[in-house]
Amino acid sequence: MGLLSKKDLKLITDPLADNNPITIQVLGICSALAITAELKASIVMSIAVLFVMGLGNLTISLMRNIIPPKIRIIVQLIVVATLVIIVDLVLKAFAYELSKTLSVFVGLIITNCIIMGRFEAFALANGPFRSFIDGIGNALGYAVILIIVGFFRELLGSGTLLGFKVLGDPIEKTGVYAFGYENNGFMLLAPMALITVGIIIWVQRSRNTSLIEDN
Amino acid sequence: MGLKENLHNISEKVKGTKLQTTFGAIHTLFYTPKETTHSGGHIRAVDDLKRTMTMVVLPLIPLLIFGMFNAGFQYNSAVNGFSENLSFFSTGFWNFDNFWIGFLKVMPLVLVSYVVGLGIEIVFATINNHEVEEGYFVTGMLVPLIVPIDTPLWMLTVAVIFGVIIGKEIFGGTGMNILNPALTIRAFLFFAYPTWMSGDKVWVTGAVERVNEIAAGANLDAISGETILGGLAQGKQLIYSTWDMFYGFIPGSVGETSTLLILLGGLYLLYTKVASWRIMLSSVIGALVMGLIFNGVVNAGWITESSKFYSLMSTEFWHHLLIGGLAFGIVFMATDPVTGSQTNKGKWYYGFFIGFISVMIRVFNPAYPEGVMLAILLMNVFAPTIDHYVVQGNVKRRLKRLKAKTV
Repeated sequence: MGLLSKKDLKLITDPLADNNPITIQVLGICSALAITAELKASIVMSIAVLFVMGLGNLTISLMRNIIPPKIRIIVQLIVVATLVIIVDLVLKAFAYELSKTLSVFVGLIITNCIIMGRFEAFALANGPFRSFIDGIGNALGYAVILIIVGFFRELLGSGTLLGFKVLGDPIEKTGVYAFGYENNGFMLLAPMALITVGIIIWVQRSRNTSLIEDN
Repeated sequence: MGLKENLHNISEKVKGTKLQTTFGAIHTLFYTPKETTHSGGHIRAVDDLKRTMTMVVLPLIPLLIFGMFNAGFQYNSAVNGFSENLSFFSTGFWNFDNFWIGFLKVMPLVLVSYVVGLGIEIVFATINNHEVEEGYFVTGMLVPLIVPIDTPLWMLTVAVIFGVIIGKEIFGGTGMNILNPALTIRAFLFFAYPTWMSGDKVWVTGAVERVNEIAAGANLDAISGETILGGLAQGKQLIYSTWDMFYGFIPGSVGETSTLLILLGGLYLLYTKVASWRIMLSSVIGALVMGLIFNGVVNAGWITESSKFYSLMSTEFWHHLLIGGLAFGIVFMATDPVTGSQTNKGKWYYGFFIGFISVMIRVFNPAYPEGVMLAILLMNVFAPTIDHYVVQGNVKRRLKRLKAKTV
């Protein structure tokens, strides 16, 4: 990687695993639970957050020396809100059905704790390039979990992946349904998303015991 | 050399290896080992966990056998017509034909429940290097009793895996769980596969096939095979007499139908002091109070026959104890010492709300006819809170007394 130094690369790889915004910092849980019933929605949500976080971190970092500290939260909110509205309008224009599935949760990216957290913790203190990388990295960390959860919820809950009937047709009784398999309706409910995230956290921490918090 | 020495020798041989927990468990299952348990859910009593668990499993066995007879009885009733007003010892119910049909359907449920559940217990005990605890013996017996007879075995397997791992093991195993594991398993089935857990096709074995046969033109004298709660929620007339409900000759989950046997089992649990009489009594009171309120509403004329709640609300208040799983839940699940309230005063609140909320869910939410499962799980979650306020209330009262004395 000639483009990124080792230190910069860490900004991307860290949030993917050992400093994941969802499983380690436990931020941005609400949207992870709400929209992961379908893989497609998870992917679109991830792209939306990727866009907002990358550009948001970049913008805040560029303005970091001229933002008066007392009103920095307001400035940050305006930046996020602008970017989120762009995403929302693009979705409404080009993927209307999907934007209905995601409903308020695109708008609620504004309040996604990961974004505000990275603005506060990173963009305000670092240069534009590093901030941009950091935003991308954290958004990817968020995306990884969303896609894993979305994959399992859609596969086990609806028997489809991205809308394709990978397990066969439940009404025609083809594929695995011929053997009496049934879709697990519980996977489509929010509690199961929480349990799935919990299981990911469990697996991650038992593989890397240094992540276990003492209490 | 008998089995005992063999087992003992194997246990000694594998001591210190990964297999120790597995063989230790088998050894303990058949014979009383020299060592007794040192810690766990029984900590409040002098009994060890094994005795407590055996005491609960014993009264469940008559229910299991009754469930087998009833499964066959319901099947024959659905095919040949329902015979009303049988006495409890009637051979129309207690015959081998009925038993064998039920035995073939119920035994697989029992086996799957125990094999899968104990398998997970052993795996976790091996990983964590502790002894296999007896906690699953009761859960494993409860599970086949509270599911519909036609539950597919793979679904039960998935649910048991979920219930034991997420409901119990992640909290630290027996004695540490917040929710009753058997009810967690049932709740999982209920939300994951609702078509197999409610409606009119699951309570009598082979109902789906019979519907197909009737559609194909077979002349079967079919009773619908709905539970009483399901029928009432749709405002149907009941064909069962009060005695049928009390004896348990009604459709329902395998072991929950016979209020008579549950009552005897409950008395046995009270006699052996395994279960808390406070929880049982207050649950019954709670259910009756809610039933009386509904009856009062109907008598006052606030609810007319046009309302969809009418037939469930106008059910006589004490009938709620005879139908559905309320009696079973109160006697065998609400009284679980691990997940229930621990303080004596807390037990009154805990039990009262279980009865109260069960009947409320039954009447107001026809989509969830079996409210007792949800009510017990809800109160399981609130039990520590109730205990906290009871303890704090006690502390406050005594502080006040201390102050009054010193002033």
